[in-house]
Amino acid sequence: MSKQYETVIGLEVHVELATKTKIFCGCSTAFGGAPNTHTCPVCTGMPGSLPVLNKQVVEYAMAVGLATNCRIHQYCKFDRKNYFYPDNPQNYQISQLYLPICYDGGIEIETAAGKKVVGIHEIHMEEDAGKLIHDEWEDCSLVDYNRSGVPLIEIVSEPDMRSAEEVIAYLDKLRLIIQYLGASDCKLQEGSMRADVNLSVRELGSTALGTRTEMKNLNSFKAIARAIEGERARQIELLEEGKPVIQETRRWDDNKEYSYPMRSKEDAHDYRYFPDPDLVPVEISDEWLQAVRDRQPELRTEKLARYKAEFDIPDYDAGILTSSKRMADIFEETTALCGRPKKVSNWLMGETLRLLKEENREPDELTFSPSHLAKLIEMVEAGTVNQPVAKEVFEQIFREDADPERYVEEHGLKTVNDEGELKTVVADVIAANPQSVADYRNGKEKALGFLVGQTMKAMKGKANPAAVNRLLKELLQ
Amino acid sequence: MRMEEWTALELGRKIKAREISVREAAQAGLDRIAALDGEYNSFVTVDAERALARADEVQQAIDAGTLTGPLVGVPAAVKDNICTQGLKTTCSSRILYNFVPTYSAEAVLNMEKAGAVVLGKTNMDEFAMGSTTETSAFGPTKNPWNTEHVPGGSSGGSCAAVAAREVPYALGSDTGGSIRQPASFCGVTGLKPTYGTVSRYGLIAYGSSLDQIGPIARDVSDCAAILEMIASHDRKDSTSIAREDYDFTSALTDDVRGLRVGIPSDYLGEGLDDEVRQAVLGAADVLRQKGAEVEEFDLSLVEYAIPAYYVIASAEASSNLARFDGIKYGYRAQDYDGLHNMYKKSRSEGFGEEVKRRIMLGSFVLSSGYYDAYYLKALRTKALIKQSFDRAFAKYDVILAPASPDTAPRLGESLGDPLKMYLGDIYTISVNLAGLPGISVPCCTDASGLPIGVQMIGDCFQEKKILRAAYAYEQARGPWQAPEGIASSAAQGRKTDAGAGVSEGKGGNV
Repeated sequence: MSKQYETVIGLEVHVELATKTKIFCGCSTAFGGAPNTHTCPVCTGMPGSLPVLNKQVVEYAMAVGLATNCRIHQYCKFDRKNYFYPDNPQNYQISQLYLPICYDGGIEIETAAGKKVVGIHEIHMEEDAGKLIHDEWEDCSLVDYNRSGVPLIEIVSEPDMRSAEEVIAYLDKLRLIIQYLGASDCKLQEGSMRADVNLSVRELGSTALGTRTEMKNLNSFKAIARAIEGERARQIELLEEGKPVIQETRRWDDNKEYSYPMRSKEDAHDYRYFPDPDLVPVEISDEWLQAVRDRQPELRTEKLARYKAEFDIPDYDAGILTSSKRMADIFEETTALCGRPKKVSNWLMGETLRLLKEENREPDELTFSPSHLAKLIEMVEAGTVNQPVAKEVFEQIFREDADPERYVEEHGLKTVNDEGELKTVVADVIAANPQSVADYRNGKEKALGFLVGQTMKAMKGKANPAAVNRLLKELLQ
Repeated sequence: MRMEEWTALELGRKIKAREISVREAAQAGLDRIAALDGEYNSFVTVDAERALARADEVQQAIDAGTLTGPLVGVPAAVKDNICTQGLKTTCSSRILYNFVPTYSAEAVLNMEKAGAVVLGKTNMDEFAMGSTTETSAFGPTKNPWNTEHVPGGSSGGSCAAVAAREVPYALGSDTGGSIRQPASFCGVTGLKPTYGTVSRYGLIAYGSSLDQIGPIARDVSDCAAILEMIASHDRKDSTSIAREDYDFTSALTDDVRGLRVGIPSDYLGEGLDDEVRQAVLGAADVLRQKGAEVEEFDLSLVEYAIPAYYVIASAEASSNLARFDGIKYGYRAQDYDGLHNMYKKSRSEGFGEEVKRRIMLGSFVLSSGYYDAYYLKALRTKALIKQSFDRAFAKYDVILAPASPDTAPRLGESLGDPLKMYLGDIYTISVNLAGLPGISVPCCTDASGLPIGVQMIGDCFQEKKILRAAYAYEQARGPWQAPEGIASSAAQGRKTDAGAGVSEGKGGNV
């Protein structure tokens, strides 16, 4: 390969919004219902039914637009995208083409190559489709409309990214912003965030765009990175061989690490978009826009600065604590309850990350209650449990969201602070270990550690190590 | 019992006065349908058992004092594009031949809340596309005034059912004149309300931005009372409007002094039948004599209404009718090879010619590359037409116009020349484009004995003004007779040639 190539990438990201009800009817958006139980005449496209817009969808879309520095179309409309497919009960999807709610924004990303802004062309609102299930045994297809009408926003970037690293940085930033807004949980694996990659290559230095392909079926950041590398290589190979790149939609197979054509531009649909006459235009007043702006929560950049200033948390730790909205929420709620930010940070940075890694889980999946961690921290401070016991208790909090007080009570893990009982045990330990006692008295400080360990062992770990230390020293004088 | 002699309000009063039971009224209607409908084919579905059970339920509510409205217990019919829970709703199309809705349209719920007893569903042009009720998959409806003629359309079944006194009133829908034109052809009164007044929830859409449900009855008072009953602000319909007034019957005052009435001179020119022109001018004289100020004016843009309408309505229809694909309900082709072939065959076999013509027309005007030239231009034309009406309503309270250029054509005359049929909508169509209310009131009959209606059009939300004008006109016109043989033959049925060759006017002279 003699020539140098540049990759040009733009993304279309679909995000499922966290509303309780669907975009155009009152049906639940909850996962996991029996097929076709979260449905009504509207989301199954029955004759005569009509859509009514869910206001929360507009608010979430506006919030995401504002947080990504977009301008807002205060007069926007819904359009029908016409195509036949059984997962689409009306045979048209209600979306936005002509006047999308947000446009002309961008977010700053940071990679090893430095900082840059990735432009956002537009964000529009639309409805999700149902799910087709192909029953090979019965040789038939079934359709479940529970997902039909679940609200989505589609975030269309400008073709501003040049590498997989930039794409991941962009997606990660977008995901955090949306999670912080509470607009979606943005889980790639579960499909609440889906990214289609538009990619073309061109000779380095060229300003004209090459022919692009669109890749679908990318279910993880890793798959996205692999698909970008794979597609870049495929296109460069074609160009090197003097063959044209065909504008088409391709499906990435992450097992085979190769993409396959789904449909080319020639057989692309003419969607015959036109404004949906069943919906009135959305008019966003200045007051409404301002109210949404005023309600915008603190985003990550602001949180980072505040953690440093307010809690004196080091940059590195603050970065990790805010890398997930869930983690940051746990940090803040626990701190509010126990008033010890450093201790809370230590538990999250230490044990929590260790256990997450051990179980191969993400910080977003943390389920324990901040009140339980706060209680544990207070118990350690009060000397009710010692550090090793606290670690054991924390594992139970982490895994089962156990109540630390109850757990310690039920398992008899309370530190024994009864001087009398402790003194008897210490005396027994001294009597049973004359050699160590002699060593200590001869100036071997290390021997004291052994005696503390023996005492703790005899106490089954429930003694307060400081008290044991003090008593041993007293009795050995 | 001579139910055929009473209007809906009269029958309602007799039911409330316990002169007639709800069951008797329903049974009388069912008997007339059984006797007459073999000839007229006004109904697609009649469910006697359901109707009688409902009648007993309503009677109990009346007896318990919980239902007291003016139309309580009065039997009615509903056009077959308006959903009725548990009662087949076909749009007179093969593709929905077996469709039973799981819910009722808001307008039907409003009727039922007021104690209506629905006897059945009326025939129509397939998916309301047509002006003659001949495009129905279940055979044409015949005009009770002369069974060799069409009843008009698309609400031809509803209008014929009222004209034949099978029911005192019926619901229709009007997208480009589908209530007013057949009302004119059948000698009944039909009102198309301001867009947004009656909920479209449960009305199977043809042209969503133009469709409105409205009443068809024997006189203006009934129409006002029915509109009062079915109009509502419905949160399930985003285009439904919370009106300031719903007291339409308060407009029935027989006083048009000072009312400013304009007649578009562009409506009176070429293409208008002379007898219809005379009827409209006669109605103008009546209003003038009663103290209204009547003058002619230029409305302008009239010739653009038909192309704009057919572009917009067909575009919306092409998308609205996409859901009829044989997957979830309705007709599915017997033999097919894969999904796309199933779509293709089910829709090719399930839809009739006129529906397919409009789906193709609508798909074409929305296609990439043609959208701006057709659809966008039609929307701009629509806006201009609305502006020309705005200018007119700055000067006039009511616009007086023909409802149709001619009286009812003979069966089979129109289908061969769709363009001519489209041109017949010229006086009604712009009312839908501008979202205005319009009423058609029987005026007189032509030389061959077919009814002529006049249309009165109001500004948005000015139903009361047109009801006032229509009521005053109706009072001056005098009682309107039923078609030959209808009122006297009662439930004994009619000879097939009855009505043919009738030449004397049945209406009052104007």
